[in-house]
Amino acid sequence: MDSAELLALYEQMVLIRRTEKAAHDLFLQGLVKGTTHLAAGHEAIAVGASAALRADDYVFATYRGHHHALARGATPEECLAELMSRATGLCGAKGGSMHLTKAATGMLGSYAIVGAHLPMAAGAAWSARLRGTDQVAVAFFGDGATNIGAFHEALNLAAVWKLPVLFVCENNLYMEYTPIASVTAVARPAADRAPAYGIPGETVDGNDVVAVRDAVAALAGRARAGDGPALLEAATYRHFGHSRSDPATYRPAEEVERWLKHDPLDIARGRLTELGVSEETLTAADERALDVVRRAVEAAKSAPAPDPEQALTDVWADGSAAWRT
Amino acid sequence: MADVITYREAVAEGIAREMRRDAAVVCLGEDIGEAGGVFKTTAGLFKEFGPERVWDTPISEQAIVGAAMGAAMTGMRPVAEIMFSDFLACCWDYLANEIPKVRYMTGGQVTVPLVVRTANGGGLGFGAQHSQATENWALTVPGLQIAAPATPADVIGMMAAAIRSDDPVVFFEHKGLLASKGSPPPPDHVVELGRAAVVREGADVTLVALAAMVPVALRAAARLAEEGIAAEVVDLRCLVPLDMSTVLASLARTSRLVTVEENPYQGGWGATVVSVVADEGFGLLDAPVRRVAGECVPLPFADALEERVIPTVDKVVATVRDLTAY
Ligand SMILES: Cc1ncc(C[n+]2csc(CCOP(=O)(O)OP(=O)(O)O)c2C)c(N)n1
Repeated sequence: MDSAELLALYEQMVLIRRTEKAAHDLFLQGLVKGTTHLAAGHEAIAVGASAALRADDYVFATYRGHHHALARGATPEECLAELMSRATGLCGAKGGSMHLTKAATGMLGSYAIVGAHLPMAAGAAWSARLRGTDQVAVAFFGDGATNIGAFHEALNLAAVWKLPVLFVCENNLYMEYTPIASVTAVARPAADRAPAYGIPGETVDGNDVVAVRDAVAALAGRARAGDGPALLEAATYRHFGHSRSDPATYRPAEEVERWLKHDPLDIARGRLTELGVSEETLTAADERALDVVRRAVEAAKSAPAPDPEQALTDVWADGSAAWRT
Repeated sequence: MADVITYREAVAEGIAREMRRDAAVVCLGEDIGEAGGVFKTTAGLFKEFGPERVWDTPISEQAIVGAAMGAAMTGMRPVAEIMFSDFLACCWDYLANEIPKVRYMTGGQVTVPLVVRTANGGGLGFGAQHSQATENWALTVPGLQIAAPATPADVIGMMAAAIRSDDPVVFFEHKGLLASKGSPPPPDHVVELGRAAVVREGADVTLVALAAMVPVALRAAARLAEEGIAAEVVDLRCLVPLDMSTVLASLARTSRLVTVEENPYQGGWGATVVSVVADEGFGLLDAPVRRVAGECVPLPFADALEERVIPTVDKVVATVRDLTAY
């Protein structure tokens, strides 16, 4: 990867990190309601995968999906406005943090029912096949999702129908508060299950954006060529607790420290420095991202609240919510 | 025991009381062990009863409820937690096709004495997939008992009845009530399932409510009292068994009926209540019946939108005012 391309990916990761930080701060100020599941620490997976995908490919994510929405074309302003319950939010303030969706750019949603979107991604891939396109669909999910029935059913269906779908597990070692290893029969919750469905199951350093890009490029290329689905398990760590109310005290301090040192932003920065990119260039990229997010926060703050009557729209295709004649 | 207990603490206390008296009671669910549950409704159980009686599960709702069923069929009294009631849909086969049918299909040979506990309802800005009031889903299935307490004392008393019941019980704990407080009930407090409570007396109109709508109905009644309208509030407490005799007796005093429910009007439990009234108590009515219910939409995220969808005190007051003017 040349330095210009990597610099762009780095800047995107910084943008995501800054947006997450802003979401966290706004939450503490009481401006973000409900809950948030921050993906700080997971940036390289979203950005690396996105770099390997085409603009017309499909992506499905979980409630921990801010990074995917941003990597697939949602702006910090739309995302923060959604979190802040503004009419200008990505989903008109109907979705909230757990449901960021931007269909126009192929970000087909964040789903808060664990595992629910894996069969959907298989279906999107099936549809691509039926429509004769060579699009690929990707489902991002957590390690915890590998124990729900939908995971297994989706893998099997994708395998027997040889669908162009990629299952990408963001293994951050924990479900909510429970270590994944304590409730999972195999060591690698995703990759070790792939052989049971006769599909490739690979692992990658999920904090290395280049490694993720390369791994996704190879598996997506294979899927696009008609060779069927694959599973990628990306090792990563969440910097915050599971959700806003969780201080994550159950994680050993030594483990947290080790992973914080393995920060995806630092890793990308190191690679860029090795490629001869100057400190000033990197700082300029940091500043640009910070500026975009700062302006996004201001814009979202001054955006109007939704009209309460908007609660009664969008159930049906005609825009209404009427259920009787 | 402290003089006040929260609804959240009452859940753990109610389970603990039953675990102390019956070794067959075991718990299973996601993050319910050392972590004490995402809503802290199982706090302390792991410490007191240990990992042989309080089991952390994978995210596997079908396995949780299916395994609870198997254990219940073979001598245990499992209490399974499904974290948010929206996720009941992930194990719906067990709730709709397996658990409620086994006793019947086997001609009474096999019973399934289990409790499926779940956090229900909206008002907290959790978005459409973590906020529904789903008690009406269960209401469509013959063979499931449905409990939905509104106070800490009822949580404990109804938990005792639910765990001791030889029938399967779906136990809805309302998220909006978890922090509410009340006096802890005495030891061995049992509230028989299917007994509604008249929680405020009044002669002009009967408000029938459930779970988080009980305090809404009570606040509405207090406001109406200022206008000279005396509303009687019935806390239904259970949907199955459904205590229609308390509702009909109240109606005999008031002659007017309003149901206050959080679930959507479409298919809501209020429809069942008013249909029984129309069927069996039509002569008691001096006015049409009214249902205040959730709007027929998924629950939106923003506060302003959520409030438009879930019944509020204002909506209840306005409805009662109209009705009493009838
Ligand atoms: C079907 C279902 N069960 C339980 C939950 C509650 N829940 C939300 S996130 C979560 C943990 C998920 O862990 P993992 O899949 O590893 O993803 P991560 O949060 O680490 O990104 C659980 C149990 C849910 N949302 N959906």
